[in-house]
Amino acid sequence: MHTFDLNLDRLSKVEGSASLDVCVKDNKVLSVHFKITEYKRFFTEAMKGKPILALPQLLARICGTCSNAHLLCSIEACENALNIPLSEQTRELRNLTMHGLMIRDHALHLYIFSMPDIYGKDAFLDFDENNPEEHQILHDAFEIKAAGNFLATLVAGRSVHAVHPTVGGFLHFPDQAGIEEAVKKLEAVRPAALRLIEIYKKAPFHFDRKTNFMALVPKKYDYLHGVIIDSKGNQIPEEQFRDHLEKMVLSYSQASAYKHEGEPYMVGALARMNLAKDRLHPKTKETLGLTLDIFPSTDIFHNNLAQAIEILDSINDSIDILSNKKFEPEPVTKPVYKEAIGIGVIEAPRGTLYHKVRVGADGMVKEGEIIVPTGQNQINIEEDIHRLVEELVPNMEKEKIAFEIEKLIRAYDPCMSCASHFLKVNWKKS
Amino acid sequence: MAETENKKIKIGWFTFSCCEDNTIVMTEVMNDHWQEWKKIFDFRHARVLKANNILDELDIAFVEGAIASEDHVNKLKEIREKSKKLVAIGACAIVGMPAGQRNYFSEEQKKEIEFLTARFAALPKVLRVSDVVKVDAEVPGCPMDPNKFLEAVNKLVSEFKS
Repeated sequence: MHTFDLNLDRLSKVEGSASLDVCVKDNKVLSVHFKITEYKRFFTEAMKGKPILALPQLLARICGTCSNAHLLCSIEACENALNIPLSEQTRELRNLTMHGLMIRDHALHLYIFSMPDIYGKDAFLDFDENNPEEHQILHDAFEIKAAGNFLATLVAGRSVHAVHPTVGGFLHFPDQAGIEEAVKKLEAVRPAALRLIEIYKKAPFHFDRKTNFMALVPKKYDYLHGVIIDSKGNQIPEEQFRDHLEKMVLSYSQASAYKHEGEPYMVGALARMNLAKDRLHPKTKETLGLTLDIFPSTDIFHNNLAQAIEILDSINDSIDILSNKKFEPEPVTKPVYKEAIGIGVIEAPRGTLYHKVRVGADGMVKEGEIIVPTGQNQINIEEDIHRLVEELVPNMEKEKIAFEIEKLIRAYDPCMSCASHFLKVNWKKS
Repeated sequence: MAETENKKIKIGWFTFSCCEDNTIVMTEVMNDHWQEWKKIFDFRHARVLKANNILDELDIAFVEGAIASEDHVNKLKEIREKSKKLVAIGACAIVGMPAGQRNYFSEEQKKEIEFLTARFAALPKVLRVSDVVKVDAEVPGCPMDPNKFLEAVNKLVSEFKS
C-alpha cells in the first residue's frame, strides 16, 4: 500500500504558472489541489474609471497567448453596452482574427507542449531532423504556426495584443497582396494539418470520463457568435450567464472555479466539437469523413484531436473568406454614451470566455467581470487527477504517476495567465 | 556530442508577473529561426519548452514580467548570479507595467485589495527587474518587438562567439 505526498512545484509546457499537490494514503487519494500560482494583476480593479474605448486593449493584457480572444470579447461587451451594430465586413475580419489565433495557439499547444509526450521527448526542439518522421513534424509545426501568425498579423496587425480591431470596427484593412500571400500560406499547410489530425487520432493516450460539455454553438463553426448550449440540451441566455455559473472559491488557488447546476463541466475544443461538429466547414467535413464520428467523445485526450481539427477548419474557412470577400476601408462607428451594461461571450481557444462591463453616461467604466475557460475546467481537472492517481497508484511509482498527471493536465490545455489576475485568491506556499 | 553541447550558448527563459506575451512572440520568432537556434542554443531552463530544466550556469537569461513577491526577488537574484548576461524583455520587466498597475491604484482601491496582497505575501509595490538586479540589455514593447529581440539576440550571440 502506498502513502505519499506528491508535489509538482511548477508544471512545465503549459501556459503560465501552476502547481499540484496530491495526498495519498494507503492507495486512497485524500486530496488533489490544482493550484494556479500566478500573481494577481487586478485587472477587474484596474478597469474601474478607465474610458470604455481603452478597455479592450487593457484587458488584452490579461493573457499573451489568448490576447486576441480577450480583445474581441471585451470589444463585444463594450459594443453591446453602447448599442453599436456590427457590419458584415467587421464580422468577417473578426472571424479571421479568431482563425489566426486558433491556428497559432492550438499549434503551440499540440506541437510544443503535447507532442513531446507522444514521442517520449523532453522538448519539441529535441526532435531529430535526421529522422524523416520527426523532421516532417518539426517543419509542419513551425509552418502551421507561421501561417496562423501571418493571418493574424495581416488582419489584426499583430498576433499578440492586436492593434487593428477596435470598438466600432477596424482601424486598418488587409491589402490584396497580403490576402493572396495568406491564402497561399494557408493552402500550403493544409497537408500538415491533416498529418497532425492523424497523429492525434492515433495517439495512445486515453482518459474516458462522463461530464457535461458547454460551448457557444454557432450557426457556422466560428468562435464569436451563437448560443450557449450544454450537452444536456440546456440553453443559457447570454445576459443570464452569471446565474448559471456558480463560483467556487478554492482556498489554495489564485483563481476561482465554476460549476453549472451544481456539477463540474468542461469547455474547450472537445466541448465545441461534441456540440457543433455538424457546423464545420463543408470542406472539413468532406475531407475528414468518418474521423468526425469519433465525436461526441468523453475521452479528455480527444481535446487534442478536436484542436487539430479546428486548425484544419480555420484554414478552410479563412481561405473561403479571403477568396470570396472584398475588404474596403470602413469608418469606425462612433459611440453614444449612456449608462449601460454589456456582455461579451466568445469561444477562446480554451473555451467559453465571458466579459461583462458596466459603463456610465460619461463613457467611463464603473466595473466589470471576467470568467475564463480554465476556471470553468478546474474542478473537472481535479476530479480527473483524483481518479487517475487512484487507478495508477497500486502499480506505478510516484515519478511515473507525476508524468501521467502532467500529460492529462496538458490535454486540458489550461491557461494560468488567464485564470488568475482578477478573481478571489488564496496564495499558500506548498 | 557532449563537446558540441558544451559549445552551445546556454539560454534561460524566465517569466515573472505578466501575461507571457513575450514568450508567445518568442515562439513565433522561432518559426523562422528554429533551425539556427537548435544548432547554437542549449535551452537549459525554459519551462514553456521543456520539463527538465536546469539552473546552473547560463550565458544569457531572458527575463519577462514584473517582480511581485519576495520569492520572485530571490529567484531573480539567483538567475542573475548564475547568468553572464541578463536581458529584460517587454514592458512589465522594463517599466513594471501593466503588471504593476496596483502601484497606481487610489487609496480606496488599495484598501480593497489589501487583504489579498497581504495573504499572498506580495510585495507592497511591484518592482521592475532593474530595481532588483543589474540588467545588461533591454528589449522593449508590449509585447516585445520581434525585430528588436532578434537584434539583441544577434548582438549577444556575436559577443559569445568572439
